[in-house]
Amino acid sequence: MVGSLVFDFFVFPGLVFTLAVGIIASWVVRKVSALIQWRVGPPLLQPAYDIAKLFGKENIIPSGSSEWSYLIAPLFGPAGLLLASIILVKANYLGTSFIGDVIVVLYLLVLPALSVILGGMSTGNPLSSMGSNRELRLMVAYELPLLLAITAAIVNSGGLKLVTFTAQPVVASISGSLGFVAALLCIQAELGFIPFDTPEAETELMGGPLIEYSGPLLGLYKISHLMGLLVLPLFLVTVFLGGFSTGWGALWGALKYVLVLVGIILIKNTNPRLRSDQALKFFWYGAAPLALLSLVLAVVGNLIGLGWV
Amino acid sequence: MNWKSWGISKSPWLYHVNTGSCNNCDIEIVDCLTPKFDVERFGGKLVGSPRHADVLMVTGPITRKSKPRFERVLEASAKPFIVAAVGTCACSKGMFHDAYNCVGPVRKVTETVDEDIMVLNIPGCPPRPEAIIDGLVTGLNQLKEVEV
Repeated sequence: MVGSLVFDFFVFPGLVFTLAVGIIASWVVRKVSALIQWRVGPPLLQPAYDIAKLFGKENIIPSGSSEWSYLIAPLFGPAGLLLASIILVKANYLGTSFIGDVIVVLYLLVLPALSVILGGMSTGNPLSSMGSNRELRLMVAYELPLLLAITAAIVNSGGLKLVTFTAQPVVASISGSLGFVAALLCIQAELGFIPFDTPEAETELMGGPLIEYSGPLLGLYKISHLMGLLVLPLFLVTVFLGGFSTGWGALWGALKYVLVLVGIILIKNTNPRLRSDQALKFFWYGAAPLALLSLVLAVVGNLIGLGWV
Repeated sequence: MNWKSWGISKSPWLYHVNTGSCNNCDIEIVDCLTPKFDVERFGGKLVGSPRHADVLMVTGPITRKSKPRFERVLEASAKPFIVAAVGTCACSKGMFHDAYNCVGPVRKVTETVDEDIMVLNIPGCPPRPEAIIDGLVTGLNQLKEVEV
């Protein structure tokens, strides 16, 4: 029992698996971006080299920072994403699920953004607190449409368990496809990719909340980011696209995951950065009504008993 | 082989320090990131904070005004890191050799801060992007054998 628990946490759906897939996903992001920009791009293990190097560097604690929160903040992101990854993969692969696990996953997915905000606020650097401020504003913007879209999916599939989503793909209905589009845009912002990368804007904030972080703590933030590259698209695949199962289903699920990832990369590489207020307007006046429409359609479809609405 | 210097040679994150250069070398450094030269093939990327930096790309002969700033950048960077002096001015002061307002070259200033900092010299006025990449790759390959 304890052995299988340790295996779950550290090997298969846990740390080793998430890190390995995250490293490959991160490489795919950089390589595809490079190909779009007509470059050659980095070698396959480049994200792993980056993290290995960061763990060999000095850890500087800035003199004006509040030390405890500075040191603890980077741990929240990887921890939350690790748990979310275990819940998601086990629900798909083994069919083990409990009532309300989709809500648990939603809350766990908030942790990386919170850890970035906490870390940025505790450094005492004006640029990093500005970055945290923007991250907070972005979170306020994208959480509303994301929750509405997930609620539409819950109404559509009729259950609070992750397993009920995988029984029949939610995206096969009108409300589901509208919700999928809204949720995809929210995932883009949650990953901090262009057009929603104001918190880390390299050209104006020099890396934003992470500006003072160096060495292993910066490495933890990088790990959190590449785990997010696995967990967030996988969450979308599970909730909207029918997830994956064992055997050939795993291959089909991997294909769906890669498609979502490449979609995110294409949006990233073909758009300019939005200002904070533009991003807020985009999510509240653009994506949120879309998700609300999807929710209304899902409720109406449930009431009159039409599966495809 | 030291694994810390191996890590730096595999993913050198570049931080750009201008210590009074005429902007020629700066433009050539930016050229290294363009699709034609693509320094990301070797894992390099430009970062905005000296805390993230592994290679400080220093351009210019280090004027009296910029010397204290450069020393602060050296102190703010996370160790281990190396310094690349890009351009003739940074390597040997070049045409500013007898100028009253320049205190370079780069190696002289880094030695006053810490004697162990490794300095790569990439001469040229300005060095071509090929020369910068060649200097970086040669230096980083040597780095695998030494302690930084």
